[in-house]
Amino acid sequence: MSALLETRQLTRQFGGLRAIGDLSLSVHRGEILGVIGPNGAGKTTLFNLLTGIYPPSSGEIFFEGRPIAGLRPSEIARRGVARTFQNIRLFRQLTVIENVRIAYDSRLSCSPLGALLRTPHAGFCERESVEASVELLDLFELGSLAEKRAGDLSYGAQRRLEIVRALALNPKLLLLDEPAAGMNPSEAMQLTDFLRWVHGKFSLTIVLIEHHMQMVMALSDRIEVLDFGVRIAGGKPDEVKGNSRVIEAYLGTEGELP
Amino acid sequence: MKYLAQQAINALQLGSIYALIALGYSMVYGVLTMINFAHGDVFMLGAFFCLLLVALVPVPFWLALIVVMAATALLGTLIERFAYRPLRKAPRVSAIITALGCGLVIQNTTLGISPYARPMPRLLENATYQLGGITITMLQIVIIGVSLGLMLALDFLIRKTSFGMAMRAIASDRAMVSLLGIPANEIIAITFAIGAALGGAAGLLYGMAYPVISASMGITVGWKAFVAAVIGGIGNMRGAVLGAFILGSVEVMTVAVLPSTYRDLISYSLLLLILVFKPHGLLGKPALHKA
Amino acid sequence: MMDGIKKHFIPLTLLLLGLVVSAVLPSTGLVNDYLQFVLISVAINAILCVSLNLVNGWMGEFSVGHAGFMALGAYASAILTVKLFPTAPTVLLFPAAVLIGGCAAGLAGIPVGILSFKTRGDYLAIITLAFLMIVKSGLENIPYTGGPRGMLGIPRLTTLAWAYFWCAVAFWVIRNLVYSKYGRGIAAIREDEIAAEAMGVNTRTAKLVAFVTSSFFAGVAGALFAHQLQFINPSSFDILKSTEILVMVYLGGVASLGGSLLGAGAVTILTQCLQPLGTWRMVVLPAILVVLMLYRPSGIMGYRDWAWLKPFFSPTPRSKKKKESNTTEGPQ
Repeated sequence: MSALLETRQLTRQFGGLRAIGDLSLSVHRGEILGVIGPNGAGKTTLFNLLTGIYPPSSGEIFFEGRPIAGLRPSEIARRGVARTFQNIRLFRQLTVIENVRIAYDSRLSCSPLGALLRTPHAGFCERESVEASVELLDLFELGSLAEKRAGDLSYGAQRRLEIVRALALNPKLLLLDEPAAGMNPSEAMQLTDFLRWVHGKFSLTIVLIEHHMQMVMALSDRIEVLDFGVRIAGGKPDEVKGNSRVIEAYLGTEGELP
Repeated sequence: MKYLAQQAINALQLGSIYALIALGYSMVYGVLTMINFAHGDVFMLGAFFCLLLVALVPVPFWLALIVVMAATALLGTLIERFAYRPLRKAPRVSAIITALGCGLVIQNTTLGISPYARPMPRLLENATYQLGGITITMLQIVIIGVSLGLMLALDFLIRKTSFGMAMRAIASDRAMVSLLGIPANEIIAITFAIGAALGGAAGLLYGMAYPVISASMGITVGWKAFVAAVIGGIGNMRGAVLGAFILGSVEVMTVAVLPSTYRDLISYSLLLLILVFKPHGLLGKPALHKA
Repeated sequence: MMDGIKKHFIPLTLLLLGLVVSAVLPSTGLVNDYLQFVLISVAINAILCVSLNLVNGWMGEFSVGHAGFMALGAYASAILTVKLFPTAPTVLLFPAAVLIGGCAAGLAGIPVGILSFKTRGDYLAIITLAFLMIVKSGLENIPYTGGPRGMLGIPRLTTLAWAYFWCAVAFWVIRNLVYSKYGRGIAAIREDEIAAEAMGVNTRTAKLVAFVTSSFFAGVAGALFAHQLQFINPSSFDILKSTEILVMVYLGGVASLGGSLLGAGAVTILTQCLQPLGTWRMVVLPAILVVLMLYRPSGIMGYRDWAWLKPFFSPTPRSKKKKESNTTEGPQ
């Protein structure tokens, strides 16, 4: 299996704090990789590095064999890396469909001048963007909410919308940052089935940060464990479950390994 | 050489006044992260308060200074209480716009009351001294001395008193501070008062140095001090003083070499130039935050 | 496109009717000179308002420098009509002058836009303020354009018809932008710039498009302004002028085309009514700004617009026809 995403000795410092240190991992095409670790382990920082929100202090990142460290987030998104955020970051004032269209639009080539003068080509782009977004929303049972303000949606619908928005980018790699945050165990298991379906339907590779251990164990093909910005363990879910270092890292914090 | 020394004293004088005003901008930015656009007009009112006071009751210099500082301190507190405090939780844009609006209201009200520039009556006998061929006036000594004194007092206040510590704490993490039982609102109000008092003092001193004052001074002079604060790194006290003396020197040099109409052009261009290369000012530090 | 014309038939005819009326009205003697002057001012202010709204409203930034762009347009166009081609036929010269004014301002919008890449909020406000001061002070030092005294004797070329025309063009273009990929990108920047980038929005392009379009039309308005008042000087384009435009935006409604028109109309009429107050007029305007910020910061029509401004297709989600479940909780 080829590595879709690979990091080599990735490091990120914030002043005196080393959020990620010398991290080398790879994500294989088509797999679901779980990333776990106590709070502050650097998991979201890792996502931010992968999506280009800030550059690494040192080290390299490769996506589909090409280096992406230091590229703008919009460029990385266009190359096929999409994400959701730990605290939902929807465009709250905009409508549901506008949220999706914004992501979809990055696939369209429509020049600013065309937009300003509303050329026929710009009109076609608009139409395509609407139709594709409606189709996507319908798939996720959000179609009827298309014109609602995104900020007015229920929590669950917002989480779903964030995923739909990410999928509108037609990504190869989907990074999910705690998608089950704030959900009770049964909701989390529903999300697990949902994500499995999304994984298959859209032929994705998924990297998943989560604290709901049952969910991570059930979904992931492999798991990487971070603590203090460093990889402390990795492997199949069963291997990781019994790893003493991992248990130690979690001792005293929420999230018992089942 | 003598000419340079003479200009240096002029720069020192202008820089001192700018520094007093700039400190007000930086203090407020430090505790509230907002640009108090109205501060320049508080400075302007300092000069006008002095004018008003001296017209009613002839008082000696030091008394005028105290009264004016008290008056502007009160004004600063009022503005904070009624225009800024309600907007603490609002987006920053609202606060800046309100500040701009307040400043313009103050300026144009003053303009309405006093449409023409006014001369400032003498508060001090202006003796001149000769020091190795350089002329220095009593006025310049007073201005530089008083400014320096006030700056040192402020420095002491910030670094050695518990109030100063509270102020610095608020600048670091406002939410946390109230959880620790520190009365954030009161500290902020006092910070405004002190900043405004310094601005008022600057207004009085400015009026004495360049004895024609007008309502548009808030923008023409007050905003220069703002430029100085930004050049030094807004929010940073040392930066405010540094920026003030840099700007003062640049302006004095500009006026010596070019026609005076170039002054604003050079000052604001300097600001832009510095912001391009050092977006947070000379001594400013960008806020490091994890997304 | 025929589809669009059908749906938009009524607004389009009204628009054309307006143009005809504005062309014919002055010569009928029904509307006196003063009223014409006010109507032209409303149109010019509407252009200023909607263009500033693009940056301050839709993009959520705080630009204080709009009067600076206006100044560049005013001076550039005046140079053309007064200094360079005073005898050219006005029917060609005037639109050319207005376009050149727009382009001059638009070009200036590029460096400001570039500076906005790395700075937001307070620092951008400072930068735009510096820009305004630099333009004003720079103009004061150019003898060719009259220095602080300014330029006199600018021909009175702004007719009601031209003002209306350019206003319609400005609103049409900005409406197109707002309901386009770039417009949505601009709004996304306002909502959450980092998320916008992560969702593929090239924020640099979007910011440039916003600033250049905004400043272009400010320049157009400036050109119209110069040829209405026939006299311009640097102090016509100071912070007070910028504040006036800010009041229009925040009163009428941020991120709203209708709001821009409303705000411009309200403020123009207000300033005319307050004329007898003299300088005290300039106390009322910023005071309104303060009150707005305290009680209704997004203005009358903030973030809302009339439905007929939207482009002609609207999504018809299939699930709307299938079932009427619209409060689905939780994931599937």
